[in-house]
Amino acid sequence: MLILHCPYCGVDADETDLHAGGEAHLKRFGPDSGDEEFENYLFMRENPKGVHFERWRHAYGCGKWFLAARCTATLEVFGTYSAQTTEPPQDIKDAISAKRPGWAWGDLS
Amino acid sequence: MSDAVSALQGRVATGDVTIADAGLQGMITLRCDLSAKSLKAACKTMGLAIPERGQISRSGDKALCWMSPDELLMLVPYADVAGSLASVEQGMKGQHYLAENVSDARALIHIDGPFARDVIAKLAPVDLHPDSFKPGMVRRTHLGQIAAAFWMRDDGAFELICFRSVAAYAFDLLAASAKAGPVSDVRAS
Repeated sequence: MLILHCPYCGVDADETDLHAGGEAHLKRFGPDSGDEEFENYLFMRENPKGVHFERWRHAYGCGKWFLAARCTATLEVFGTYSAQTTEPPQDIKDAISAKRPGWAWGDLS
Repeated sequence: MSDAVSALQGRVATGDVTIADAGLQGMITLRCDLSAKSLKAACKTMGLAIPERGQISRSGDKALCWMSPDELLMLVPYADVAGSLASVEQGMKGQHYLAENVSDARALIHIDGPFARDVIAKLAPVDLHPDSFKPGMVRRTHLGQIAAAFWMRDDGAFELICFRSVAAYAFDLLAASAKAGPVSDVRAS
């Protein structure tokens, strides 16, 4: 069972209170982009065993979207943070680096 | 005008923990920038303070519940809804906001008794340990299969709101949980 801290409500919400929203930090490619870029944006997703960044919505709570950094292998949660950001804040990255030195995810590391 | 009735029409389940329909309750959903000065002023004229995150602020028979970073739920006596709505609209004039009477869309249930915490703890994925969940806190979550929100009064009783259409389910669930006894008894048996 996954328990994530909602950065908006300040409470620890159970997985059943939340709704998963897929991969975080997607960069959108619109109509002006090339076929390959658009295909990548639409279909290609990270599928790591280890550090992963995801979107979650506190559906039964405040209804807000937030982002979470966690490990897909151990279900360990490194932290949650506001969705209004294009990359994880430094404290989240530091928390991951402390537990998983040398981690990499997409362009992030 | 038709006579308004609450969804549960006064149902009561007596026991060590009593589950009771609270009857008609005026509720106003308020969505806006919670830090707006005009909101603070409008609430102040009704004697209410803006609650802290995850809290309820009470004043007599009125209260304000924190529902999300941009949403409050105002509780007023059922007969006062139109007046309260008018004073909010007066105070928030010219701003981007939403104030809506949702009294008849919801049901309010009282849970009162020595192990009221356990009754809810069995149904909602919330840490209800006395060190974690204290009087004055509001929690939006789900109760069994349905969305619900509850808060704890200073006397240890709980008040719970859910949608009107699922009020009977919520009541039956709470009544069954109360009848089964406190959690420690469940563990022992």
